[in-house]
Amino acid sequence: MATPKPQELVNTIKPAPPATEWMDTPVDLRPGTFCYAGKPKFVEYLGFPFPREWRPQDEDWKLPPNWKEIILEGIRDRLLRFRSFHLFMDICVRCGACADKCHFFIGSGDPKNMPVLRAELMRSIYRREFTQAGRIFGKLAGARELTPEVIKEWYQYFYQCTECRRCSVFCPYGIDTAEVTMMGRELMHLIGVNINWILEPAANCFRVGNHLGITPHAFKGSIEGLVDDVETATGIRVNPTFNRKGAEILFVTPSADAFAAPAIFTLMGYMLLFHQIGLDYTFSAYNSEGGNFGLFTSNEMMKRLNAKMYAESKRLGVKWILGGECGHMWRVVHQYMDTMNGPANHLEVPRSPVTGTVFEHAKSTKMVHICEFTADLIRNNKLTLDPSRNDKYKVTFHDSCNTARGMGMMEEPRYIINKVMNPANFHEMPENTIREQTFCCGSGSGLNTDELMEMRMRGGFPRGNALKHVVDKHGVNLMACICAIDKATLSSLVDYWVPGTEIGGVHELLGNALVLDGEPERTQNLRGEPLKED
Amino acid sequence: MKLVSALAAVAILTAIGLAGGSSGGLQSLFGIWVPYAAVAVFIGGIVLQVVRWAKSPVPFRIPTTCGQQRALPWIKNDSLEAPHTTGAVLGRMFLEVFCFRSLFRNTRMKIVGGNAAYGSSKWLWLGALAFHYAFFVILIRHLRFFLEPVPGLISAMDKADSFFQIGLPPVYQTDAVILAALAFLLLRRLLEPQVRYISFASDYFPLVLIGAIATTGALMRYFVRVDVTAIKQLAMGLATFSPAVPQGVGALFFAHLLLVCALLAYFPFSKLLHAPGVFLSPTRNLANTSREVRHINPWNPPVKVHTYEEWEEEFHVPMAKAGFPLEKEYKE
Repeated sequence: MATPKPQELVNTIKPAPPATEWMDTPVDLRPGTFCYAGKPKFVEYLGFPFPREWRPQDEDWKLPPNWKEIILEGIRDRLLRFRSFHLFMDICVRCGACADKCHFFIGSGDPKNMPVLRAELMRSIYRREFTQAGRIFGKLAGARELTPEVIKEWYQYFYQCTECRRCSVFCPYGIDTAEVTMMGRELMHLIGVNINWILEPAANCFRVGNHLGITPHAFKGSIEGLVDDVETATGIRVNPTFNRKGAEILFVTPSADAFAAPAIFTLMGYMLLFHQIGLDYTFSAYNSEGGNFGLFTSNEMMKRLNAKMYAESKRLGVKWILGGECGHMWRVVHQYMDTMNGPANHLEVPRSPVTGTVFEHAKSTKMVHICEFTADLIRNNKLTLDPSRNDKYKVTFHDSCNTARGMGMMEEPRYIINKVMNPANFHEMPENTIREQTFCCGSGSGLNTDELMEMRMRGGFPRGNALKHVVDKHGVNLMACICAIDKATLSSLVDYWVPGTEIGGVHELLGNALVLDGEPERTQNLRGEPLKED
Repeated sequence: MKLVSALAAVAILTAIGLAGGSSGGLQSLFGIWVPYAAVAVFIGGIVLQVVRWAKSPVPFRIPTTCGQQRALPWIKNDSLEAPHTTGAVLGRMFLEVFCFRSLFRNTRMKIVGGNAAYGSSKWLWLGALAFHYAFFVILIRHLRFFLEPVPGLISAMDKADSFFQIGLPPVYQTDAVILAALAFLLLRRLLEPQVRYISFASDYFPLVLIGAIATTGALMRYFVRVDVTAIKQLAMGLATFSPAVPQGVGALFFAHLLLVCALLAYFPFSKLLHAPGVFLSPTRNLANTSREVRHINPWNPPVKVHTYEEWEEEFHVPMAKAGFPLEKEYKE
């Protein structure tokens, strides 16, 4: 089924919940709203149980015979391991403050996309099986039986949640539905229910090093191709190295930066910056993916994929790690990496070789975000910038969910943007749609797959809508962001909701503005377009 | 239907209270044993719940950052929304617990002419705050029944609460506020389609129950004369563990008391657990220092990783041809 046109889609947003109560409303697995099942070879490769051929739209999902015991045991185990999960099962009062905060709810009107109800899909089982009140009062207390229908509902709605945490900002108890979604997905993995667009990239990351499964030599070739593009655009030849022992810094960025427009322009920007300041850095093909698809499957898989960063930094003998523009990578690096795979005693506390700034806030993980690094360079007047080279752009900034709500990085990218372009050409989207209230691209957490296009466009509606506001009002023509999934998916989102708008990276804008030693006069930007419109 | 079952449950409880209070033989059961049992269940239940939560570790440091991190010294850290120190965490928790900070942020989304519009929406915040503070003041006010002499602070609070009243008996503002707030919260649940859709009987029950407690309390104060001295005697007896039911405690009081007991006993098994729970919420009570301080996961599992050696083994030949530095020497 084709995705409806934007206006048709808005018209189908359901204004009121259905007449039947939610426990009595069966899940509607309609094409465009669910993802395809994990292919057995990837399930098997990653060591997840019960690999088999099955399709979500089939009546029989071929669940293992003891699936119910596995799920209940899985819940019990996770209640004991995660206070967040245990607490969030007990303390929701269903006040509904989260309801209209979810981009999937806003774009669909489907009440099961209200964060509170999405979590109730899990809580109802918890109450029935793990609380006295639920056992005694049943439905009156919001409890229900675990049936195969419930699993189908979990599949539908835990894969219509991008774990963006926007609901958590508004919850009076800080209940984070992302935590519930993560547990829901972990539990489904236990009975072999999973989606291919997460498992295949995860398997590629594990085996080859990046989610697309691009082999090491192709990875190198791809970046070397961008070196040529940089030379065409700027007249300067940059010289990246790969798997080089003894480099001072290991640079890790999402692989999309090396392969796909518009993310490649960001990578060109990084390379120009590093060239200009003479940074002693190396790429690694072994760790050629910053994004962590394990985060979307299970705690253990996240750890398995993340392990490469510290392992490779140790093998190469670098002093510290610098990370590129990425959302989930930074959530994992910021909140999980040191705990899972640390302590990183083989590394030193990060110190900028150019400004001497010691990044005290990263003294344990030893990993710095490129926006922090660059903002520090600009602040210390170490870069010569020509903001007029970005004059053709009127820019807005899209905070990615993970850097905003999982890290608190909001000012650094804005600081850079305002220095690399004329600040008069920068316009914020409405305040309820940026910073900690930012809206998801609608395709994060492994949902960037074409079969889900209708839901992605629904989930992207609030972001598209806020962008449209500044496009209409200020003539914005480029939305900058610092997340690779954003760069990949916002392009389809703007094509749908706000055609004619470009997506770019903060370091792409920096690369345009950066005045390089010995460069000939620049006539084109990193996209190979003339600097000024005639 | 859900509201009806909540109403029915509260009506039955009230009737039992009334009946128990008017039959002389059962007064010690309803006046002494039920209250003691309810308090025991309340305290024991909450302690048990909190211990259960506390037993589950917080493996990862996962605060929801609602403001600027502390990273570069010249960028101002929003210490109450992305706290960096324990003091700032306490500040964040104070705002959360005493001012309902997150709820204050609430917005309302409407789709107008194909566009999503967001407006400030403070009604839920106001209603919730009014309800909780009125409840709190009423609770403190009740201490005058349990203490002799009544501490000055409580008498002062009592006076302040009835400040606007001329004539006798003084009407407490908090009585009016709690009933109004409860009515608002109930109507909101009933009238907003989305909120009605997510509500269970267990969401209506506490509202109706607390409403009935406030109503029976107000009835005794303003409309049905009760023997306050006798009630204070009973309360003092309970508080000093020398319980006795004096003559003259009316049936309405027993209904009030049974409803309070029901609330106490229901508390640890219901959503009312949000009260102790909010203090333990890992998205709010942790400092955003995840990169600065190492956080330990007590069950951090060993996992199988794909080592560099295994990886180089697989891609050895093309990597050698592409000029990668290799660990193992390349032989054609």
